[in-house]
Amino acid sequence: MAGLLQLLSSGLATGAIYALAATGFTLLWQASATVNFAQGEFVMLPAFFVLASMQLLGLSFGWSIVVGVALSIVVLGLLFKRLLVDPLSRYGFMPLVIATIALGLFIKEAVKTSFSAEALPFPALVPPIPVHMGDVTLSLQDISIFVFAVIAVAALQLFLTRTRTGRTMQATAQNRALAVILGVPVSRMILYTFLLNAALVSLASILVSPIYLAKFSNGESLGLIAFTAAIVGGFNQVRGAILGGFVVGIADNLTAAYISTEYRSALPLVLLIAIILFRPQGLLGRSEERTV
Amino acid sequence: MNGLGASRNRIVAMAVVAAVLIVVPLLLKPYGIYLLSMWAVLSIAAVGLNLTLGFAGQVSLAQASFVGIGAYSVALLTTQGWPFGLALIVAAVLAFAVGWLLGYPALRVQGHYLAFVTLAFGTLVFLVFRNEEWLTGGIAGINRIPRPSLLGLSTKPPLAFYYLCLVALAIVLVLLAALLRSPWGRAFVALRENPIRAMSLGVDTRAYTLLAFAIGAGLGGVAGAFYAPLVQFVDPGSFTLLLSFNLLLMVVVGGIGFFFGPLIGAVVAVLLPEWLRFTEGLYLILYAVLVIVLMAFCPSGLSGLVERFRRVAPATSGEAQP
Amino acid sequence: MTHRLEVEGLSKHFGGIPAVDDVSFQVEDGEILGVIGPNGSGKSTLFNCILGQIKPDAGRVRVDGYDTTGMRPCDLNHRGVSRTFQLLQVFPELTVRDNLVLAGQEHRGTMLSRLFGAPDAGQTERAEQMIEFFRLERLANMRAGSLSYGQQKLLDAAMAFMSGARLILLDEPAGGVNPTMLDGFRERLSEMNRTLGATFVVIEHNMEFVSALCSRVIVLAEGRILAEGTPDAVRADRRVIEAYLGD
Repeated sequence: MAGLLQLLSSGLATGAIYALAATGFTLLWQASATVNFAQGEFVMLPAFFVLASMQLLGLSFGWSIVVGVALSIVVLGLLFKRLLVDPLSRYGFMPLVIATIALGLFIKEAVKTSFSAEALPFPALVPPIPVHMGDVTLSLQDISIFVFAVIAVAALQLFLTRTRTGRTMQATAQNRALAVILGVPVSRMILYTFLLNAALVSLASILVSPIYLAKFSNGESLGLIAFTAAIVGGFNQVRGAILGGFVVGIADNLTAAYISTEYRSALPLVLLIAIILFRPQGLLGRSEERTV
Repeated sequence: MNGLGASRNRIVAMAVVAAVLIVVPLLLKPYGIYLLSMWAVLSIAAVGLNLTLGFAGQVSLAQASFVGIGAYSVALLTTQGWPFGLALIVAAVLAFAVGWLLGYPALRVQGHYLAFVTLAFGTLVFLVFRNEEWLTGGIAGINRIPRPSLLGLSTKPPLAFYYLCLVALAIVLVLLAALLRSPWGRAFVALRENPIRAMSLGVDTRAYTLLAFAIGAGLGGVAGAFYAPLVQFVDPGSFTLLLSFNLLLMVVVGGIGFFFGPLIGAVVAVLLPEWLRFTEGLYLILYAVLVIVLMAFCPSGLSGLVERFRRVAPATSGEAQP
Repeated sequence: MTHRLEVEGLSKHFGGIPAVDDVSFQVEDGEILGVIGPNGSGKSTLFNCILGQIKPDAGRVRVDGYDTTGMRPCDLNHRGVSRTFQLLQVFPELTVRDNLVLAGQEHRGTMLSRLFGAPDAGQTERAEQMIEFFRLERLANMRAGSLSYGQQKLLDAAMAFMSGARLILLDEPAGGVNPTMLDGFRERLSEMNRTLGATFVVIEHNMEFVSALCSRVIVLAEGRILAEGTPDAVRADRRVIEAYLGD
């Protein structure tokens, strides 16, 4: 029982990270119909920006995070949109699929070449001190990851529902044509979405890297997991993506413990295929009639 | 669409290309012949994907898995002493069957979703290749895969095996051309262009979707069956997303839905790594950049570029006057 | 007694709003039935329910007495039911002839016999008849996508006849067709009805077209049948006039 609780708590921690990546994924899809096949690499990269700031600029860890996040927002938000998505999105979905896969490959190889093929240690915001609660031992790190992610997601929800800009962004995502008629600066709203996605993946990156270490290949599974989480919850909703992230995170930890570590990374894939086959609208989504 | 003149040009062009493919390897070193053989093998897989994607409109990022299934089948069976021909049939049938199963998600979802599902499936197959050591040898892979003998002739020399691959490619192309001319080909195009209308005309879109996946996968299996004795070694790392992605690129670069498109795409895919060899570790980075640039400037691929040019200058084509 | 088409208590709701609400009617062999009604009265949803494109919430559909409720469109088509769509639905990359051959090919033999049989599945002759009947000779080898709207509309209708269907549902066949072509088009349909004994159900807005083509008309409003009768009788019906004016 204690073991199960421990697994659940670490599942919640990893789930929180997945939820961040999945939420960004969903936001991008809603706002601009961009499916980002490089999302995994987007989560991998910011940690290296932070490391670079520490090693090359000699900044402290705290300042490096500021620089790393800012750099990520420019590169993975602004430049990603302007240089890749904008020129390609008018050609339909296929070129964008191929280009984002290529982008993922590019980021991965560039990190491998410029940094190292080895996994690099990454400083933790909160050290992994064990916390004893009865017979259950939880890691302070897990708890802090969960808390950070929940604060971030809650702040995001508040921003989207309570601020004027946030509500305008949501309105744009739901009905772009109407937003144009109402005089909403649509392209700026879409740009904000890209910047938000970049901020979310940066946070995910800084939270996940102390556990898994910073490695160029980390994105390979994370991208699929983010997509799975988005699908599991119901593709079109931020709430769904958050729920999906936790479901996948917990399932992930349980598989590793009870079924097979070798097939740990297979679980989200099986989950993805099963959801698509049996409940394509996701856990929270409503089924839509196919219109003729 | 094309008048008689155009089709005669086409036949001449095909004859010239065939002649080049037969004669040129006689002048090449073994490594050149190896590359040409690889071109033929990958072309078979890309042609299969072009059927699934280009003609029937179903996205797949799992073609490498079928090449893998074919390659492992032949590697396992021929190292156990099975004749190549029999192993080839097993490879094709197995890939066909698994491809049929992969078609089921396509009945539910399309576009991006399908791309991700097939990507997930491809990763699953990779995990099986890597983890089921008792069968596949794990990361170490399977070594010393023999090259077949046909009618008492060994295909051990590179040139002999190349001609075997070339004949296989030719047979695949002829069969595929016949398939596309048949009612099935028409139904596949209808499935791509308007599945709802096709269904209302009695086209069993469900069956054709599954078939599009299965036949494309089957050809992937055939390609794998030749890949194994060509490289004489298989390991899980050869059949990752990168190969699926490369095969997808061959189809897109060659021009989605153009019959000979994948063959052109395969030339680029085989030669590009060779040309970029001097860059050493930077190869994949440059490759990724080239792909993005290509998508930005020429999203419909090389054949699309030619077609666009032809439509701008209709005087050269034999199109009927309305 | 069996009817060519019998619809009984058919209902379909979208998010609580009834699009089709307890609709019942019959169509007899060889009849041409018009379905009219204001925009949003549920005509196309009714068609889609009858044809298996969407699943009705309640009610039955019978074709020649056989219950076809919820049957897949392709299976229904194999039972001799064909249709056209409100918006143009031809295959633009196929030639006119190939569009027609496709429309007929699935009705002969099995999947395997089609794979190994003649490339045209023995449909060329019938396709040529259709091409001639609908005056498409000059266009037979052109890509369907390069035809004018009216020509595509003719092709669309011709495709619905290829399979030799005995019951054909036409969704706004006259919509967007050049008025000068319209009379010829209507005559083609009437002739099809006479020579083939095909039964038609026609959704249409153009009342003159309906009056000239149909022997009987039902009027839908808000998903229900408001009136039924000959075109002239329905036109004179006060409730029908109100439904249209109130729209």
